[in-house]
Amino acid sequence: MSAAVEEVVTEAPAVEAVPKRAMTLGTGTSLVVLALLILAPLVVKNFVIFQLTMLLVYGLAVLALNILTGGSGQFSLGQSAFYAVGAYTSAVLMEQYNVNYALTLPISGILCFAVGFLFGQPALRLSGVYLALATFALATAMPQLLKLNFLEPWTGGVQGLVVTKPDAPFGLPMSQDMWLYYFTLAITIAIYVGAVNLLRSRSGRAFMAIRDNEIAASAMGIDVALYKTLAFGVSAGITGIAGSLGAIVVQFVAPDSYTIGLAIQLFLGMVVGGVGWLPGSIVGAAFIIFVPNMAENISKGLSGAVFGVLLFLVIFVVPHGARQVAIFCQQTVAKFRKR
Amino acid sequence: MELFSNQILAGISTGAIYACMALAVVMIYQAIDHLNFAQGEMAMFSTFISWQMMQWGIPYWAAFFLTIGLSFVAGIAIERILFKPLAKAPVLTNVAGFIALYSIINSSAGLIWDFTIKQYPTPFGSAPFLGSQLISTHQAGMIGVTILLLIGLYFFFQYTRVGLAMRAAASLPESARLVGINTSWMIALGWGMASAIGAIAGMLIAPVVFLEPNMMGGVLIYGFAAAVLGGLTSPLGAVVGGFLVGIFENLAGTYIPGVGNELKLPIALALIISVLVVKPAGLFGRAIVKRV
Amino acid sequence: MFVEKLKIAALATAAVVLMSGTALAQKKYDTGATDTEIKIGNIMPYSGPASAYGVIGKTEQAYFNKINAEGGINGRKINFISYDDAYSPPKAVEQTRKLVESDEVLLMFNPLGTPSNSAIQRYLNSKKIPQLFVATGASKWNDPKDFPWTMGWQPSYQSEAHIYAKYLLKEKPDAKIGVLYQNDDFGKDYLKGLKDGLGAKASMITAEESYETSEPSIDGHIVKLKAAGVDVFVSITTPKFAAQAIKKLAEMDWHPLHIVSNVSASVGGVIKPAGFENSQGILSAAYAKDGADSQWDNDPGMQKFYAFLKEYYPEGNRLDGSVVYGYGAAQTMVQVLKQAGDDLTRANVMKQAASLKNFTPDTLLPGIKINTSPTDYAPIKQLQMMRFKGEKWELFGDIINDELGN
Repeated sequence: MSAAVEEVVTEAPAVEAVPKRAMTLGTGTSLVVLALLILAPLVVKNFVIFQLTMLLVYGLAVLALNILTGGSGQFSLGQSAFYAVGAYTSAVLMEQYNVNYALTLPISGILCFAVGFLFGQPALRLSGVYLALATFALATAMPQLLKLNFLEPWTGGVQGLVVTKPDAPFGLPMSQDMWLYYFTLAITIAIYVGAVNLLRSRSGRAFMAIRDNEIAASAMGIDVALYKTLAFGVSAGITGIAGSLGAIVVQFVAPDSYTIGLAIQLFLGMVVGGVGWLPGSIVGAAFIIFVPNMAENISKGLSGAVFGVLLFLVIFVVPHGARQVAIFCQQTVAKFRKR
Repeated sequence: MELFSNQILAGISTGAIYACMALAVVMIYQAIDHLNFAQGEMAMFSTFISWQMMQWGIPYWAAFFLTIGLSFVAGIAIERILFKPLAKAPVLTNVAGFIALYSIINSSAGLIWDFTIKQYPTPFGSAPFLGSQLISTHQAGMIGVTILLLIGLYFFFQYTRVGLAMRAAASLPESARLVGINTSWMIALGWGMASAIGAIAGMLIAPVVFLEPNMMGGVLIYGFAAAVLGGLTSPLGAVVGGFLVGIFENLAGTYIPGVGNELKLPIALALIISVLVVKPAGLFGRAIVKRV
Repeated sequence: MFVEKLKIAALATAAVVLMSGTALAQKKYDTGATDTEIKIGNIMPYSGPASAYGVIGKTEQAYFNKINAEGGINGRKINFISYDDAYSPPKAVEQTRKLVESDEVLLMFNPLGTPSNSAIQRYLNSKKIPQLFVATGASKWNDPKDFPWTMGWQPSYQSEAHIYAKYLLKEKPDAKIGVLYQNDDFGKDYLKGLKDGLGAKASMITAEESYETSEPSIDGHIVKLKAAGVDVFVSITTPKFAAQAIKKLAEMDWHPLHIVSNVSASVGGVIKPAGFENSQGILSAAYAKDGADSQWDNDPGMQKFYAFLKEYYPEGNRLDGSVVYGYGAAQTMVQVLKQAGDDLTRANVMKQAASLKNFTPDTLLPGIKINTSPTDYAPIKQLQMMRFKGEKWELFGDIINDELGN
């Protein structure tokens, strides 16, 4: 129609700038949260421990998306695909080849890093809605790929695979659920610390420069292509590890577990937690696990509608997610101290 | 060879569905500069409203135009009530809002009309069209309406004051405000028009896929794909994109040995992405030059 | 007082007949059962892609309300706790664990979906909690040796497919069969059943087409099947796609022998929207009566069902096959609990579920009965073939007991 007309636009960045200091929690707060996470399973039922473990797993997956979107400004609706690759890697290795569950984690991490890095190559040319569509395509393709006939001897096809839950090692006197919780917690903390340091490093500054202004970043000598694909790889790798943990905790993988619905949930988790604010990931994960349950308690027939209304309420009150709440608290405390 | 031409015809007839939806996608993109995930559900809800009217005895065309009017008003209302307050919020928060809206509409429709499929009437009949058993008169009618809509939209955006103002408001809101355009109401108007076009799409699609709350889920994916392939700023591109996606998909399913049938959607999407890598603004889209 | 006595007498008789003289005097309970209440857990996709089936859970809730309003089972009220799993296996595990560990239910009843049930099967079996009458037709639920705590309900997809295979071998031995199937557990199980049933003649299937539920329309697949020159069209589809196929066939003026899976044989849910005139001569098989079929209007069982809908579930749509399904499944559950009497331990519930003898819920076809034993965990395994004529299904042939399958 008007293909000849070229428009010149100064594009506002899709993701607003978050200074890197504001991406984390203060030391004091971190220690309190850590203590709570360590002590929590000692006082609750096994089923709640299971929920908390899932909270950490989804938290990790949201964190991975946060690094990609909040860190490097790239948008992805395809995280469920990386999560699925991780989950299936662990499940297949554990069940078909008897590999120890702990060993499968680094394998899925590396595999997913590679997948993400490769996927990041064509995605380089795309941004905004186009990147959203490309990642979305990946997410819709993944369940269909997992169902493929010739993969069935490994993946179990449409029926999925049952995964054996590991016992606590060294004869530790704790239930399987509790052991898995601490195992997941340790990995989550390690990855969280790693992610914080990554964003504070040279690479992290490069990510953020690209997020804030890609052209300026490349003018400053940042290898935009490299860092963008790197961000994809890192994000996919972490998501893969989360997928592995999820498979071990749930004890089951099937194509139906990893639909586009999961990718959308992770996206909502990121928005509710605050884009670019890493500690928010856990808040976002709590939102996607517990709010549907709340909605269901309010009305079974309308649970979807209630969930939608609750989500609207949250984004109306805090459009910047949990980060906004944290900033508000910080400012209040600061005011209080001044007096 | 007969299979080939048959598959192309079948592709065109499903492509008409995608083209219709893609037009609504382009409409909203012109108004708000991003994609609305709840658009399919809004169209589904409008279609249910028209179905309900017909159950109450209102004749087809009366219900058809009443629904278009109602959808237009409802689209504006949704924007004013739910999305105007989010105008200053980040884009991703708006996207979360679309997902919330999707969830609300889908769940409410399920409660009101339940999930059994419903037959939806067509004004065009469903006899074979021009002797071809692959395209029915309904599908031919659908293609006709889509083309009419396309021409209407072309004139609207190209030659009317409102249409031009709307494009300006979407692509350069700051400058548009400076020349006296009420950008806020332009967005609301865009929502209304997108909702009305969505309603038309829904009412044309329903006789083919049957009316039920999840009917637009798959259609919207293809509609997005078609609009993106054609270029999100071009109504003509959207329609061409719709037909191309329909044909792509059928040919991939038929001629790629082994996995073609099982993976026809991923293959079609992969093809679209390859096109985008070469032509990032889509087949008919305006190229955008970025400036620091 | 008199009523009480009657009840006890009836119970005693029932116990003598059914429990073959097990001592009845003392009450025994596991977690989830008390003198006044029996807690039953359930998961259903109330939201998400399979939300159409949420109706089953609502019907079951309504049926248990009816039982409670009529005094409960042996004086105990049923507390039916049903959660949403959105058809997602991880969520199914979470909700099931909540039901077992937090709500402390006695048993899980009619959880829906093959993936969800696969995800919770090992957990429930290791905790020795009955997973009764799962709402899926996969054949793997009839495996009392490996999973003694899991039991199916409806006829398995595979045994239904066997019946069609037998029919085709007999009536149309030189058929060229084209299959359209949904690319998931349902479609693949069914296709396997069809191939197994045809046995050495599986090559009769000359074309296979699969579709994804995300596809808006399946026209392209049908064009391909027609081009492949098949003369039998087996449609292993869910209602929306079955109706699309029926309509498309009529539009293309293509009239192969058309077999529709039982999942989509609903008159109100599929045939009527697709058009009666397009559906003449379609074959299928059934085990339950159809709520939209006028031939059952004077059937005493269905009259009870309609009366139930009117009083306890007025918003329920009798055209919806899921409502009939939920009613029948809930009745079976109630029967098991009645048989269990005052011994409401999980072991006894499972034992009673595995000793149903000629039980007939109101909604099953005449002549079809539920029978189970410790080695037979497939409650319904009979089907009857039917042909669509006019505005209803005409049953024909004998009730077929599938001896091939389980």
